[in-house]
Amino acid sequence: MSKFFTCEIVGNSGQNANFKLLTLQPASQIIAPKPGQFYMIQTGTACDPLLKRPFSIYNFEQNHLSFLYRIRGKGTLSLSQLREGDVLQVIGPLGNSYPEPDGDFIAVAGGIGIASLLPLIRKYRQRAYLFYGAMNTGDLVMLEETRELAKEIFITTDDGSDGQKGWITHAVKDFLGELKIANQPSPRRKGALSIYACGPVPMLKALSEITRAAGLPCYASMEEHMACGIGACLGCVVKIADKRASLQRGAEAAGQFIYKRVCKEGPIFNIEDIVW
Amino acid sequence: MVKRTGARSLSVKIASLKLKNPVMTASGTFGYGEEYAEFIDLNRLGAIVVKGLSITPRLGNPTPRVVETPAGMLNAIGLQNIGVKAFVKDKLPFLRQFKVPVVANFFGDTVHEYVSAARELSKAEGVNALEMNISCPNKQEGWIVFGTDPKSMDGVITEVRKATDLPLIVKLSPNVTDIGRMARVAENAGADALSVMNTIRGMVVDIRRRKPVLANNTGGLSGPAIRPVAVQMVWDTCRAVSIPVIGMGGIMTAGDALEFLIAGAVAIAVGTANFVNPVATLEIIEGIEKFLAEEGVSDINDIIGSLRVNE
Repeated sequence: MSKFFTCEIVGNSGQNANFKLLTLQPASQIIAPKPGQFYMIQTGTACDPLLKRPFSIYNFEQNHLSFLYRIRGKGTLSLSQLREGDVLQVIGPLGNSYPEPDGDFIAVAGGIGIASLLPLIRKYRQRAYLFYGAMNTGDLVMLEETRELAKEIFITTDDGSDGQKGWITHAVKDFLGELKIANQPSPRRKGALSIYACGPVPMLKALSEITRAAGLPCYASMEEHMACGIGACLGCVVKIADKRASLQRGAEAAGQFIYKRVCKEGPIFNIEDIVW
Repeated sequence: MVKRTGARSLSVKIASLKLKNPVMTASGTFGYGEEYAEFIDLNRLGAIVVKGLSITPRLGNPTPRVVETPAGMLNAIGLQNIGVKAFVKDKLPFLRQFKVPVVANFFGDTVHEYVSAARELSKAEGVNALEMNISCPNKQEGWIVFGTDPKSMDGVITEVRKATDLPLIVKLSPNVTDIGRMARVAENAGADALSVMNTIRGMVVDIRRRKPVLANNTGGLSGPAIRPVAVQMVWDTCRAVSIPVIGMGGIMTAGDALEFLIAGAVAIAVGTANFVNPVATLEIIEGIEKFLAEEGVSDINDIIGSLRVNE
């Protein structure tokens, strides 16, 4: 089964003013994706937009792929104008996936980051404490589905139009604080709560401090400008702490980093390893 | 026209390097071949040109490194690479499994670094030719000079020529006033062939932040947007020198490739198209075969340089 195939659009409908759900029917049997993986999708029919765009898999059912996306730039605008019956080139599934949670887990979604986390929440039904932050109520999507799938949902919005007003990372911090009093989780104990996150960089950075302080493993799905999605262009790199340098040279090598490709070694990274 | 049938020959020669067809990959768009092996049979390619190598590894630029532009893209990767030594040890064994010529693209900050890289790569089993990058637009002053100042260019090519017996391809910059003049300098300094062209310097501005989008501020423009410029540069170069020219710049389809071949390029390289469509190279090879059949031409060499210029 090739990772490069064509699909027919069987759905491209709006969830609300900002978000659409694209459903594709591949022309042949395809490889089943794992939660956290992504696809490069053609978004236009001519040379402009030229490059395919990366989208996290939202759902895979009966050989149909679906992608939740937000209309943000030229590529997603072009994609939003395509119709049922249009045929697109697709590459995937690409990248690594979220490691399997041991027991219950925490999922932290910022805005459209929910798209990447939902397959995980769906696969491990009733095991996720979902923390879902957005700018305002209009940026929260798929709430009905998530309510059904998650064990518990915490919502924050920047303007207070839904859930608690404020940042989602604060809600995570409060939750972990309460949990610590109740459970005393230890990072080394098997079954420690793992945390999975996808969202904007400031959110992930704040979360990395919280999870480090709490001693909990955290896996973040990263995003970068990407040309090919298959490891060739070296456009989508992130800074990862150079463990070899610090092993060899100790404190002198502190802050040294290497670049890793979001599309190949990622998009999921251990949040501890990321150099912000 | 009577259409001839039978086997068609797509094979071409770049100096002593024989290619089964004229379709190569452009450096920096094909990694070290591994990434594409799951999409295409690498044996079908004319040649593989690998990501640019330096004598010591390079970290490359901060991000954003790439941004899309109308019918193209800007990149400022900053020549991130694993270095000659790691390439020879970790990447060449993979490439040696295939019956396809490997062209090692290389660069340096100084003449000495160029010479060291050329010498090491020439010793390695499985490197069939060298492509010398003197034209990356993403390096700062002192380096870009090799590609744009005739005297520096002559000096560095002359020294590299002494360090290798492999076919030496020099990749030229379009960011010059007269590419024909630069091509002659490279030819006289000992280049066996020329790659025309590298990317064109460009910039994209984020108007809200009043900042360039790329962390490097500027980058190299590639993709279909630059193709007509590249075709003209290839045509100019072919008239200026007698060594073979490899044409590249925004080739997406067989028709695009044929423009370059008709304008005089002996072979072509596919670059940005690999990012858009990982099987683009094979589609182009098949498209060229089909074109030859339609035109009743049995040998690709009858197409090369067949441009009928308007009087």
